[in-house]
Formats: sequence, structure tokens, C-alpha cells
Amino acid sequence: MRLLNLLKIAFKAIVLNKTRTLLTMLGIIIGVASVIAMLAIGEGSKESIRTTISAMGSNMITIRPGADDRGPARGSGGNVQTLTLQDYEVIKEKSELLSYITPVVNSGGQVINGSNNWPSTIYGVNPDYLNIKVVGLQSGSMFTDIAVQTASKVVLIGQTVVDNVFPDGQEPVGQMIRFNNIPFKVIGVLEEKGENTFGQDQDDVVIAPYTTVQKRILAIDYLNQIMASAISEDDAPEAVTQVTDILRSQHKLTATEDDDFTVRSMEELISTFSSTSEMLTILLVAVASISLLIGGIGIMNIMYVSVKERTKEIGLRMAVGGKGSDILMQFLIEAILISITGGILGVILGLSATVFIEKFLNWPTSVALYSIIISFAVCALTGIFFGWYPARKASALDPITALRYE
Amino acid sequence: MPKEIIKIEDLKREFIMGPETVHALRGISFTINEGEFVTIMGSSGSGKSTLLNILGCLDQPTSGIYEIDGVKMKDLTRNQLATIRNEKIGFIFQSYNLLARTSALENVELPLFYNSKVSSEERRDRAIKAIEMVGLKERMDHTPSQLSGGQQQRVAIARSLVNNPVMILADEATGNLDTRTAYEIMSIFQELNKQGITIVFVTHEPDIALFSHRTIVLRDGNIIKDYKNTNVLSATEELAKLPKQED
Repeated sequence: MRLLNLLKIAFKAIVLNKTRTLLTMLGIIIGVASVIAMLAIGEGSKESIRTTISAMGSNMITIRPGADDRGPARGSGGNVQTLTLQDYEVIKEKSELLSYITPVVNSGGQVINGSNNWPSTIYGVNPDYLNIKVVGLQSGSMFTDIAVQTASKVVLIGQTVVDNVFPDGQEPVGQMIRFNNIPFKVIGVLEEKGENTFGQDQDDVVIAPYTTVQKRILAIDYLNQIMASAISEDDAPEAVTQVTDILRSQHKLTATEDDDFTVRSMEELISTFSSTSEMLTILLVAVASISLLIGGIGIMNIMYVSVKERTKEIGLRMAVGGKGSDILMQFLIEAILISITGGILGVILGLSATVFIEKFLNWPTSVALYSIIISFAVCALTGIFFGWYPARKASALDPITALRYE
Repeated sequence: MPKEIIKIEDLKREFIMGPETVHALRGISFTINEGEFVTIMGSSGSGKSTLLNILGCLDQPTSGIYEIDGVKMKDLTRNQLATIRNEKIGFIFQSYNLLARTSALENVELPLFYNSKVSSEERRDRAIKAIEMVGLKERMDHTPSQLSGGQQQRVAIARSLVNNPVMILADEATGNLDTRTAYEIMSIFQELNKQGITIVFVTHEPDIALFSHRTIVLRDGNIIKDYKNTNVLSATEELAKLPKQED
């Protein structure tokens, strides 16, 4: 009964002060919404990196020539000539943890078909490549081992290349194109994969037997890279160690010498990029926390002033029989109603903002439950505490002091 | 023998203002019986408002005894004092102290919100009855800003009545009003007093004191006069004698 009365009083006070209530809520709404939205962006980018990398083949292992110098100033490993076809053959022979393996040589160049031309990259690989990269064929077929042995002038092309050198919708399979003025027969089109998270167009590729690229385009006998895929994702770290050991003995490195190659699994790549996006998330959370803090200060301010300016009212309520606890409860209920309503509106706004960002800006987002809980709790508690604290002071006054307050 | 409702003995109230101590009340004693209509007179600074605030349990004396119905106020907790204010005392202020943007009826209902024994229907009925008693039934939906000073004070009186108090304490209740309105308010007080409610009325206007049974005069925190009024005027009659308002 008493609580019901106090609820009525508090509700009336809120309705009577719509603007003030709204302003208080605004702080909470924006605080909660921004935390939810920012965390959603952070989480979303993390998740999308993960899915992109998995789509690239989560079992994938890459072996590059040159020492591991990962970091912001990583140089191009392609100029180092320490990786050879022999290395590839030894790894293929000795490692039992790999299911597929291919040498990789690549070169940039111009794809030409009649009057259409397009700058792209040609990758020289063996037929295992499609399995390692998890790419299917849209039409045509993959070249065979025989084509590799004979250094056949055949290529498979990605969708971007198709769009640019066959703009009339012609069927590319069976057509002749030229890459750096060397004629190739198109024998297949790769399935469309789209852009990856790093903005790379995965369809802007030309694939040919590695022997063809080595001999007919680059005239080299070393490899730019070896790609392999472990039997399973769990075996990948073990496979990395194994390949490293094989290559060290193959390159006759002594115990004190550093590796002259780099073996990396996708798992490592994921963690490298995850840690980058982790940083991004932390940054976003920091920004969001500041807005939450500012929101909190706003709530604090308005609650404090609203109780102060109503000191006289508090005095009157006590003069007609309101107990200290009644006054306290009234303001507490007010603060709770405002904070919780604001919190709920903030969650709604945050979620809609997230949907908006996803739909219209095409940023990947992922709403984390903990962000909703934390931001809601912080704002609600700030609101309640700063409603309670001045009210508690006011309710401890003598009625006459409160009544005389100007 | 009439029942003593208020008894004070050697009541002192001091305020400490920085280095100085102001003696607002210097040890005063009197009793008020049930059904009396007492005015407390005195110039400003004489301590009359301080006295009334103590009588209304809004303020605590520095020393001395204050009893209502034989209960010493000093022994009560803050919550018990709140209950006394709620159930036994109706307080009326010079500046009305109505809640802004709140209808007259809701203002009158206010004390009953803090009395958990009263249901919401009863609260409304009693508030309407109280507002009828002060003649404002047609205006009970108006907010204070839509009412004149006299009407606002009548709402405040209705608010003080709604809990069926044993006594009504009024602090300069007519202080902000013109003579005609003041007499109207006084006639309401006289009517309430006839119904048996004890009234203690603080004023500095001698003509207002003529409507009461007894006058206590304060000066500098002491009682200098306490006398019975032999010729009590009727506010209703005095009101009739006033020149007609030209409207």
C-alpha cells in the first residue's frame, strides 16, 4: 500500500517534469547505445576476420622464403631465392601431416583478350591448389598433373578477370587469352569468392601450372612460396613444426642459425589479425566508456540538481507527514524508473544503430550480450546512485530546514 | 476541566549563526486546551514563527519540554514525529507551499498518501469533502498557478484538514492576503474551531487577533502578555461590514 502510494507519487513527479526526465534519460540512452554499437562493430570485425580466414582454408600452411620478420615493415619475401622445387618435393615426401601441397610462383602482368586488357596476377601452382584454397570451379576443369609436367599453356581465371576481359558475356572456357603476350587457353573459371576482410579481391587471379609460369613467364627455377594443407585444423601446429624440421635439415642449417624461411599456419594468422582487431575493440570500448562516463556525469548532474531544487518540496512532504524513508523511496523509485526506462531505450537504440550500420554501411557487426548487460548496468546504477545520494541527504534534513531552503 | 492538548515548559530555542548565538525563544511556558483558538502575536523577530515550528514538530527546541496529549515530543523518533505531523497536526504556511503543476485536489490528498491506513477511494472522498468545506469544489482540478492567493490558501487549509487533525497551526496564514480575503479565511478558521479543532494562529496583525479567544504576545523570545479575549468578533459579520467590492 505504502509502496504503491510512493510509486504513484514518483510516477507523477516524472510525468510533471517531462523535459528534465527526458534530458536525464538522454544521457543514459546515448551511453548505453554507444557502448552496444561500438562493441558490436569491434566484435563484428573480429568475427569477420575469423570467417574470412577460415574460408581461405583454415588448415592452410604457407612456407615463404626468408626469415620471419613479421611486423609492420615486412619486406617482400618474393625476392629471396631460398625456396626451391627440391624443398617442395622433400616436404611432400617426408611430411605425413599434410594432405595437399603445391609450389607457388606468381607474377603480375596484363591479361589481354582482343581489345580488352586487365592487370592481374598469375599464380603458378599444381592441381592441389584448389583443395588448399577451398575454391570450386564455376565451369571448365582444372589442369592435370600431365599439364604440369609438360608446362602446358592453360589457365583458369577468376570472375573479376572474366568480367574485365570478357565483357560481352562470352563463355571464356575454350577461348585464348594472352598473359604478358604469351597465349594461353582458358580451361576453367573459378567460383566467385568476393573480397576478403583485408580488401583483397580474391577473384582477380589467373591460375596456371607452376612449371609454365616458371619457365615461360618468369624464367626462374626457385619458388615464391609453398602452400600446403594439414590433414585437419588440429594437426596444423604439429605440421608447422614438422615442415620446419624438414626444411632446416634440407637447408643444412646448424642449431645456431636462424631459419631462412617462414612457415605459418592460418591459425597463427588468425591470432595475428585477431590481436589487431582486439586492439580495435579495446579502442572502441575506451571511446564508448568515455561516452558512458559522460552520460553518467550527465545523469549525476541532473539527478543532483533535481533533488536540490525540490528540497522545499521535500520539506513540505515531511511537514505533512512524509517520513525520511518515504522521501528516500520516492526519489529512489524515480531514479530507478528513469534509469531503467533510459537503459531499455538505450538498448533498443544501440541495437537499431547496429542493424543500421550493418545494413547501410555494410560493416560487419555482432552484438555481444555482455555489452548490453554491462552498459545497462553501469547506466542504471549511476542513475540510481546519483538519485539516491542527494535524496538521502535531503531526507535527513529537519523538515523546517528543507522548507526554508532557497 | 478541559483537556490540555499542548503543554510547553521553559522552552528555549537557540540558533548558532557563526560566532553569535541567537536566542529565538528564551524559556517560555504555557498550555493550550482542546478547542481553543489562540493567536500568537509579536513583531518580526519576536520568535513566534520559531515557536509555531516547534509546536508543529517541524523543528526541535534546544531545551525545555513540549507535550502533545501528554506525550513528550523529545522522546519520539523522527518517524514517530512524522506520524504525529501526519495524524494530529495540520500546518498552514504563509506562502501556501502547494505543489506546483499539481491540481488542488491532489494537493489536498497529499497528507493521506503518507497514511497507509487510508485507501485510495477514501483518500479521494476525504479530499473532496475537505475542498468542499473551503468552498473550492468547482476549482479542484485547477493547479495553484490558476488560483488566486486566497484560493490557494484555502486549498492549503483543506490540505491541513484532510487528516482530521486535533489542531491546526497557521503561520501568518493571512499575511499575503488583502483584508477581505483575510476575513474570509478567518471565518473558515472560526467555523473549524466551532467544530472542535484547536487552532493556533501566528500573526502580526492585531485585527486578526480579535477573532480568537486568546492572545499570546511575544517579544524578543519572551511572553509579555497572555490574555483571554472577552469580545470575540465574528469574521463572517465583519466581512459583511466591509465596503462592497466593485467588480
